[in-house]
Amino acid sequence: MTVKDIFESMEYGPAPESAGEAMAWLERTNRSFGLFIDGQMTAPGEAFETKNPATGEVLATVTQSSPDDVERAVTAARKAQGKWAKLPGHARAKYLYALARLVQKHARLFAVLETLDNGKPIRESRDIDVPLVARHFYYHAGMAQLQDSELPDREALGVCGQIIPWNFPLLMLAWKIAPAIAMGNTVVLKPAEYTPLTALLFAQICQEAGLPKGVVNIVTGNGEVGEAIVSHEDIDKIAFTGSTEVGRIIRRATAGTGKSLTLELGGKSPYIVFDDADIDSAIEGLVDAIWFNQGQVCCAGSRLIVQEGIADRFYAKLRARMDGLRVGNPMDKSIDVGALVDPVQLETITRMVDASDEGDTYRAPCPLPDQGCFYPPTLITGLSPSSTLMQEEIFGPVLVATTFRTPTEAVQIANNTRYGLAATVWSENVNLALDIAPKLVAGVVWVNATNMFDAAAGFGGVRESGFGREGGWEGLMAYTKARGKTQALAPVAPIAAPKDASVDALDRTAKMFIGGKQARPDSGYSRPVWSPKGKLLGHVGLGSRKDIRNAVEAAHAAKGWSKTTGHLRAQILYYIAENLSARAEEFAHRINEMTGKRNGAREVEASVSRLFSYAAWADKYDGAAKPVPLRGVALAMHEPVGVIGAFCPDDAPLLGLVSLVAPAIAMGNRVVAVASDPYPLAATDFYQVLETSDLPAGVVNILTGPHADLAETMAGHLDVDAVWSQSGADLSAIVEHAAAGNLKRTWVNNARARDWSGKDGEGREMLAHATEVKTIWVPYGE
Amino acid sequence: MQTDTTTTGHVATGAAQLPQVTEPRNPGMALDMDWVRAAQANTSAIERRAGSLSGRRSLKKDHQAAWMLKAITCIDLTTLSGDDTAGRVRRLCAKAAHPVRADILDALGVSGITTGAVCVYHDMIEPAVAALQDTGIPVAAVSTGFPAGLSPFHLRLAEIGESVKAGAAEIDIVISRRHVLTGNWQALYNEMKAFREACGDAHVKAILATGELGSLRNVARASLVCMMAGADFIKTSTGKESVNATLPVSLVMIRAIRDYYDRTGYRVGYKPAGGISKAKDAVTYLTLIKDELGDRWLQPDLFRFGASSLLGDIERQLEHHVSGHYSAAHRHPIG
Repeated sequence: MTVKDIFESMEYGPAPESAGEAMAWLERTNRSFGLFIDGQMTAPGEAFETKNPATGEVLATVTQSSPDDVERAVTAARKAQGKWAKLPGHARAKYLYALARLVQKHARLFAVLETLDNGKPIRESRDIDVPLVARHFYYHAGMAQLQDSELPDREALGVCGQIIPWNFPLLMLAWKIAPAIAMGNTVVLKPAEYTPLTALLFAQICQEAGLPKGVVNIVTGNGEVGEAIVSHEDIDKIAFTGSTEVGRIIRRATAGTGKSLTLELGGKSPYIVFDDADIDSAIEGLVDAIWFNQGQVCCAGSRLIVQEGIADRFYAKLRARMDGLRVGNPMDKSIDVGALVDPVQLETITRMVDASDEGDTYRAPCPLPDQGCFYPPTLITGLSPSSTLMQEEIFGPVLVATTFRTPTEAVQIANNTRYGLAATVWSENVNLALDIAPKLVAGVVWVNATNMFDAAAGFGGVRESGFGREGGWEGLMAYTKARGKTQALAPVAPIAAPKDASVDALDRTAKMFIGGKQARPDSGYSRPVWSPKGKLLGHVGLGSRKDIRNAVEAAHAAKGWSKTTGHLRAQILYYIAENLSARAEEFAHRINEMTGKRNGAREVEASVSRLFSYAAWADKYDGAAKPVPLRGVALAMHEPVGVIGAFCPDDAPLLGLVSLVAPAIAMGNRVVAVASDPYPLAATDFYQVLETSDLPAGVVNILTGPHADLAETMAGHLDVDAVWSQSGADLSAIVEHAAAGNLKRTWVNNARARDWSGKDGEGREMLAHATEVKTIWVPYGE
Repeated sequence: MQTDTTTTGHVATGAAQLPQVTEPRNPGMALDMDWVRAAQANTSAIERRAGSLSGRRSLKKDHQAAWMLKAITCIDLTTLSGDDTAGRVRRLCAKAAHPVRADILDALGVSGITTGAVCVYHDMIEPAVAALQDTGIPVAAVSTGFPAGLSPFHLRLAEIGESVKAGAAEIDIVISRRHVLTGNWQALYNEMKAFREACGDAHVKAILATGELGSLRNVARASLVCMMAGADFIKTSTGKESVNATLPVSLVMIRAIRDYYDRTGYRVGYKPAGGISKAKDAVTYLTLIKDELGDRWLQPDLFRFGASSLLGDIERQLEHHVSGHYSAAHRHPIG
């Protein structure tokens, strides 16, 4: 084409980024990589190829780590950890700062290498991924610096196994490594099989930064390497980002091992457009939502939910916008949509879309390259929530759409999903937008924006999108634990029937407490409760599956509690404390009778105080406004988790119950509490206190029975949002394993004891378990 | 009606830049307040789109050169100074007719490149028209009490008539910003409609003075009202406000143009003015037009830059493209 021709046609031409420097770097490594263990690159072992998905060209061969390699990496990380954690925060901060600077110095090389290996447009790796990587290391350099002064009660977990996906290879590496090493952990990280190269370049900058050997170890390979990490006994924490399917496997595999776990999984995030939105901007937002990174984004706004009155015009404008998208060589600087990561991904997307015969499918008419993994931007309108493609994550450039009539219906459709990662709301009405955002079941909500990320703002999901947050202060919870040593838990068995029973004439039968009513056990079975002196204190019901079912139903019916104000909840907690105090002597006597000890009065007093503490907290566990680099605010709002199943400590019959129930309801949760198994009668007496304290029915439900019999049902219940086990029986494995069903949050004691009467028995740790942090991004400007 | 033979005579010379050559003129329509009130503009989202544009589109080598040449053909080469004289304007017109050194054009394999128009104050119309005789380059005149637009209404209308009589083929009017700021859309519509009628066959560009409208939503609504009242072009600025053409403002205005075309079938032109002085910026503007409005708007009958120093930078970039060496301003004839 001549200049004259172009002058007439005004077409875009090729604007290729040079691969020269990246290719030269690969050549210097002979296009063959070992592993990064203990500060050194190992000799290449059994190898697999990593390819450029846009061309099919083999970029390099990379080592498939053996179990021995993983062992060596974990050993190196373990050896390095103690010394690394003992360094002053400032010393670690200097290393993180060096990493941030080196990422910036090698920014172009990282960006080009990322695009070559992954297929994402060079614009994205250059303008989004790599700057966010640098930002993450800067931010967490600061966290290392402040750790000593701001987190004196927290310490590193130890060795972290981190498994990251192929969609943001370097960015996910940064999200994992930066907070971990900032807090004094050491890591064994496995990049995705498809995209190992930028992690290997990162290994090089770890050397350039002089990072102590063993602090960062990088092992490449397939899922078997991931399994070896997950099952390794000397790893303290697993952090995984990837599919919900694999997340569930990891949840089961780590159940009961005592490993910490955070999961950032799939999504089918709603993208809601109200009729008063800036429609053109909402459409441009979709380009950033679903055609960013070819739609291979866990938080992609993949479910368009548009108000019915504007739907036709919106779709027409959207199709016109799609016509202008440019698909092709990701190294071209004028490309909007690059290559999918691998032929397997292309095949999966093609199969999913082709299998659906519902709705109207529009494919952007942009020419696709002859070879490579390309899929056209696609819009499927006219779907309903029951359509498979409205429910299943496609993980490709395919947007599905439906309509709504009212704000309430928009929320209903948006939340009609097993996932809960992110959501987007478009409206020019600040009242509407800020009303809808808290109602969306998601860890992140963007108002009039989409796919915004920052190190200061927490990111992570609810429901089957996983648990844990990355970024911000809340993200550090995933890489630290409370300081101090713990003791092994001593199980407390129910007192056996005496040879010579002493029975009062008047029968007293404690019931369960479900939906504000006293309820007999569905099983129809009871067991006697004996004092150590052989006195029959009463009977309690043996709870069963059905009782859990009923209690969970009752807890859900009490959903209004989650919308009450902290002020109201505080008043009710104070009132409960007041009513308990009025019956202090009776409770103290009961406790003494059950346990045969003499500390009942102290336990009641501690319980009253604890109720006061959480009444105090009810309106003081503040969220935050995060200083993200944008004109606007990112609000970190504390929301209740939902319905929490709680197995109460056995050794403190009243204080244990109060210590779990009070923080839960203070934060707006509803609770199904299972009373101390050996000493259940303080809990069953306690419901009489609740009945007189204005607590709405169903907010607290109290069951009795052997914990081990109920744990699986509770943890496996798909409508329970979290399970806490502080039981004297070690239920950790059962609970964590069964929790994989809906990937509910868990808080288990791993058979370690806790002193419920001391400072470890209350405070921010429990409040964090009782809340989800929802990050609501609100950019503004007139 | 202020039509006179000078104007039609000039149009008849066949200036390709003039809209009516290929497009039916926008006749306007009744003021549709439902539409106006429904217009929204989310500032931060618009800024993000505008901000990422130069990272999403890149022109290299011959494509860059061709796009820069296109930019030249869309320039309203402008002088709006108190010290303008006939001689100064003649010099500018000569530059408009020969904006790029012949040897550079030869090397690029193109010829017949001129700017889109020459834009002057009323008193400079006659020397400009005389200087541009037989070039096909139209003369645009700023009018209606430019730049503030606060002179008596009948005088503003009369000024249009005088300028058209003097030979201006395009009239750049300024709207009364107070009508926008007070939400008096009917008054804005009436004013614009009167200006349009006063222009007759001359094309009317409505200068919104976006830097003084307070919000992008106001820009969107003012754009729609002016188009409904029959504007042939909508234009950002006089060049005299503290903030002139910006990409976010442009995005809002061209989206309004797109909506207007979708509903009425009439294409209205767009002219960002003031503050665009770099070749790279001009190319970014063209990519914005191409991606948001489409290729049809990449011609001078529907798109203009109001600029005085942009041409100089493009000339240097073109010489760099041809020679491989960075150029200097003194190597290119001044206007």
